[in-house]
Amino acid sequence: MALNTTPNISDPDGFYAELLNAHEGLSDDESIAFNARLILILANHIGDRAVLTEALAAASKGDKS
Amino acid sequence: MPLDDRYQLAFKLYPYARSTDQDAVEPVRHPVVIMGGGPIGVATALDLGLQGIPVVLLDDHEGVGQGSRAICFAKRTLEIAHRYGCAQPMLDKGVVWNLGKVFHDDRQVYEFNLLPEVGHRFPAFINLQQPYFERFVVERVREAQAAGAPIDLRGKNRVDAVDVRDDHVILDITTPDGPYRIEADWLIGCDGASSPLRKMMGLDFEGRVFEDNFLIADITMKADFPTERWFWFEPHFKSGDSALLHKQPDGVWRIDFQLGWDIDRKEELKEENVRRRLDAMLGPDVEYELVWTSIYTFQCRRMKRFRHGRVIFAGDAAHQVSPFGARGANSGIQDVDNLGWKLGLVLNGTAPDSLLDTYDLERRHGADENILNSSRSTDFITPKSKISHVFRNAVLDLAEHQAFARPLVNSGRLSVPCVYDDLPLNTADALTDGPARTRPGAPCPDTPMGQGFLLDHLGGEFMLLGVGVDVPERLEAEGLALHGLKVPAEGDMRDRYLGDAANAVYLVRPDQHVAARWPVYDTAMVRAALRRAIGKD
Repeated sequence: MALNTTPNISDPDGFYAELLNAHEGLSDDESIAFNARLILILANHIGDRAVLTEALAAASKGDKS
Repeated sequence: MPLDDRYQLAFKLYPYARSTDQDAVEPVRHPVVIMGGGPIGVATALDLGLQGIPVVLLDDHEGVGQGSRAICFAKRTLEIAHRYGCAQPMLDKGVVWNLGKVFHDDRQVYEFNLLPEVGHRFPAFINLQQPYFERFVVERVREAQAAGAPIDLRGKNRVDAVDVRDDHVILDITTPDGPYRIEADWLIGCDGASSPLRKMMGLDFEGRVFEDNFLIADITMKADFPTERWFWFEPHFKSGDSALLHKQPDGVWRIDFQLGWDIDRKEELKEENVRRRLDAMLGPDVEYELVWTSIYTFQCRRMKRFRHGRVIFAGDAAHQVSPFGARGANSGIQDVDNLGWKLGLVLNGTAPDSLLDTYDLERRHGADENILNSSRSTDFITPKSKISHVFRNAVLDLAEHQAFARPLVNSGRLSVPCVYDDLPLNTADALTDGPARTRPGAPCPDTPMGQGFLLDHLGGEFMLLGVGVDVPERLEAEGLALHGLKVPAEGDMRDRYLGDAANAVYLVRPDQHVAARWPVYDTAMVRAALRRAIGKD
């Protein structure tokens, strides 16, 4: 299975609001830690090693700095 | 307090004229008085006046204020204006646009096409300066008055006090000729975001205030920017934290810059400072003239209730949103559309007073939807924490190459009409294989019909629409005369009103929203649905 990069979330605005809401009230360090936990949880859900490698590559390409 | 103008007028549309009410010994009683002569107030007067209901409108100025303000008018607003008979001049004057481009820094990250569905009389949006919109509505009022509509627009009539009783309201008014008093069976508050009526009644207005300032500059220039909506996040030209470029009629361009919270408003509004930002954006070679500048802040909030006994609020007086998504004036016009027929049926005794509570219910539902969408857009455009800024820029970075990120880019979710899902005037959907877009509570989508369009034939009264099936041409029920219209089940009509169903019967409300639908015609079911739709159950 390849990394799915087409829109796949049925309620994008609702998801985004929920994501930001989860960070509400957290310090910067707490937010970083939260994101790390979230990434690990989602990575485990995906499971497929090849897809995870592809996702890491896609995220690096998005970094223009 | 003297009766001085608080703002300059773009058009003087309802100059002060002495009313005979000012010479009456006892205060004259009117069925409906409207406070506020902006687009929502005048449209309400027009809706009621066209129904033959005598209406008095009071405004403390003599016309509409300067400034483009609301510039994006949505299809639903034009459809409602068409029912009132004033959409054509709006369409003729307005600028139609479909393409939107979103930039981050110096890169285009995304573009969207509104791709209007074919088979509608009106485009998805037109851009039109608010003063024109207001002028066209007032011109329609003048035409209706000439044909006998009992509408009385009173400029330079400032309401200074209201005394709200159980079955009427007493209003104390100041004019250039001094004070006078009138009474109203019903008072409609359309007096804007800072509603004096709301304050006089000591009513709440709750929600979020966003700590940001936006500079608007309307300019004329001879530059060949295309007729598109261009939005920049963190633009490379550094004129603001975000920027918007949008075309209006008369060669005028609307430019918005996000300035942040801690600013010196007076300093920012100085021409040299406005020009400094514009020059950075447009480049050194573009010549332009400033037409109007303003700085605005905004809130996303609403009143807890829009109805308070004999007083009903509509438009910005009742609810306010951020400008992203064009949900201010467009939602106010939907308030008018919803209120007009209900107040008409209550006034003539056809429906119980409680029908007006469904205005409150349905339009609060609409306001909540608008507040939710515009709050989310605002949170994306003006991130309020470091982490939300990080996520926002991550979305923008990814959106350039990753399709999945594009639906997350939010520079404003453009106004679409509200569906009154699961609200009490609807009858449960009996056309189970019908399209979701025409379910009970939804506004009827337009379709071509003969030389014109379906919506030309709907609205103003309850109607039966038989799609491929016979319905009575006329049916008397619940004190109303229902007209029936049979249309062939083909083309867009089939896609929009039948789906997988063979035939369908729709009960359509005077505001063109679906009240009920069935696969077959049945008089008893129609009567029951009509009873429900006028608040008798």
